[in-house]
Amino acid sequence: MQDLQEKQVQGKEIDRLVAQYKSMPGALLPLLHAIQDSTGFIPETCYATIAQALSLSVAEVHGVVTFYHHFKTHQPGQHVLQICRAESCQAMGSANLEAHAKKCLNIDYHQTTDDRAITLAPVYCLGNCALSPAVMLDEELYGRVSIADLDALMLEAGASLAKA
Amino acid sequence: MTTKVYIPRDSSALSMGADKVALAIAEQAKLRGKQIDIIRNGSRGLYWLETMVEVQTDQGRVAYGPVQAKDVNGLFDADFLNGQSANASAHPLYLGLTEQINWLKQQQRLTFARVGITDPVSLDDYIAYDGYKGLKNALQLSGADIVKTVTDSGLRGRGGAAFPTGIKWNTVLTCQANQKYIVCNADEGDSGTFSDRMIMENDPFVLIEGMTIAGIAVGATQGYIYLRSEYPHALKVLNEAIDKAEKAGYLGEKICGSKHSFKLEVRRAAGAYVCGEETSLLESLEGKRGMVRFKPPLPAIEGLFGKPTVVNNVISLATVPIILDKGAQYYADYGMGRSRGTLPIQLAGNIKQGGLVELAFGITLRELLYDYGGGSASGRPIRAVQVGGPLGAFLPESQFDTPLDYEAFSSIWAVLGHGGIVAFDDTVDMAKMARYAFEFCAIESCGKCTPCRIGSTRGVEVMDNIIAGKEVAKNIKLVRDLSDTMLNGSLCALGGMTPYPVLSAMNHFSEDF
Repeated sequence: MQDLQEKQVQGKEIDRLVAQYKSMPGALLPLLHAIQDSTGFIPETCYATIAQALSLSVAEVHGVVTFYHHFKTHQPGQHVLQICRAESCQAMGSANLEAHAKKCLNIDYHQTTDDRAITLAPVYCLGNCALSPAVMLDEELYGRVSIADLDALMLEAGASLAKA
Repeated sequence: MTTKVYIPRDSSALSMGADKVALAIAEQAKLRGKQIDIIRNGSRGLYWLETMVEVQTDQGRVAYGPVQAKDVNGLFDADFLNGQSANASAHPLYLGLTEQINWLKQQQRLTFARVGITDPVSLDDYIAYDGYKGLKNALQLSGADIVKTVTDSGLRGRGGAAFPTGIKWNTVLTCQANQKYIVCNADEGDSGTFSDRMIMENDPFVLIEGMTIAGIAVGATQGYIYLRSEYPHALKVLNEAIDKAEKAGYLGEKICGSKHSFKLEVRRAAGAYVCGEETSLLESLEGKRGMVRFKPPLPAIEGLFGKPTVVNNVISLATVPIILDKGAQYYADYGMGRSRGTLPIQLAGNIKQGGLVELAFGITLRELLYDYGGGSASGRPIRAVQVGGPLGAFLPESQFDTPLDYEAFSSIWAVLGHGGIVAFDDTVDMAKMARYAFEFCAIESCGKCTPCRIGSTRGVEVMDNIIAGKEVAKNIKLVRDLSDTMLNGSLCALGGMTPYPVLSAMNHFSEDF
């Protein structure tokens, strides 16, 4: 019941956003961003509404949503932890951070911890390359991140860490 | 007496705790009854010293860094607000007058003239530090004369392709159309680069001014900044600056009372590296998958929504105001050969003193890595550097004396790209780096052309075999064949340049394969 109510609220919010954005030139990306900002992801159930409003096919909407790494098709955890995998961070040992996070959270990239606290995601450059290795927790950027710093961040985000 | 204290709001500074430092300083000042005015300026780009706190004195600003929140009490104890006192200068974090720090003093900051000095979202600051002088001059000139000034300055596209900016503008200028566009490519995806981010976060008005001048020059009335989604701080700053510029009459209808109109909007990208390629970017702006387009038609002739469009990198556009302010010759007097002006170089990776170094073309890699960078962060020898992002070649120590110049780099089969330099120490495994180059291409390929879509995945597999020691000689030949196909058969630079890191790693570091 709760779930149904939530979906109805979500549906109304999406209808409102579609109405707000549909006349904008090149509206699809701004609209998808607005939906994801509001609901945390792009529910597949809204593809038809979007397609109709923008005179697209459902397949086209699906194609755009899945082309871009930023758009999520499932509800992420309460916090998203992005670890930079690009060259500059590799040169400063990001592979160790990556392995540590996966082990402690007991998940791989693009997965969410069982308690829904953290979704782990790779990212290819955060523009903090002079202070590599870098990670981003939600929209907060961190530089020169050590294993201890990463532990502190994961704990702050409410993760229950597996023994490393 | 109220003392001005400058604490950067740049996201790299924030990543080192600048907000916590600002909070601690405000608290301590209140507790100790000190009158201070905290200004959240941009970063000077001496990132290893972040958070770098500056205090105004009669002699200029005095800097302290790297400051952490836990240092704040001690700084107050040392009377750091009185930057010229003996106590303050004896503090271990005291750096002296900011402008006298060698690393900064020796730079030639043209595009970055204001960065780190001003409050990024203060239009008054911008104007007080020579902002909007270029636009004022541009408003007195014909479109053709503005384009000629940019052409004469020798400015080439700073995004990586190094195409002459003025020539691109001229194509758009001469096209007849009821609508033209200026698109700023702010999808700065190359690892080791952050100069676009720095401009957008730390001096957003210079980009706005550059785009406005471009619009007036070619007759475009609408601009878009296509900003990568990984830069949430830049998004906020740009939107705030655009709002202020509109309210002050620098954007919108009848700019500064002239007949020209120019509207500007930020559009968020969505995490696709390939959208930094201009035609893919345009597809994305139109609301589609970021699939690369065939050229011709050139975007300058049929670009966004099929209309003539200038697509320029952030740095190219942000350099236009100073060219229009000080003249084409002033800018062209810097540099060497056909690389005129300055390049904002970004020192990154395993480097002790990383950050933003703006200098005339011609400085060597070695000078940058050791005189500015101070060697590796790990203290081990620098074994390789990758210049120009994930599609740039790896250079060995024997090539460190190459001057930063587009032609000098292409003569050694390397690229300058967007000016990012990533250093690696001697623990790097170059076979793994070559594998990563293919892997990155596979993750980011738009899928339109076969060499890139399939070749990248096959490349990862073959590199895995090489790393596992399986039929190494045969597989190395296979990688070279594959690279040849990708190099010559791909539609855009993603597939076409992935062989640069792969082959340069094999050629210069064969002992790792």
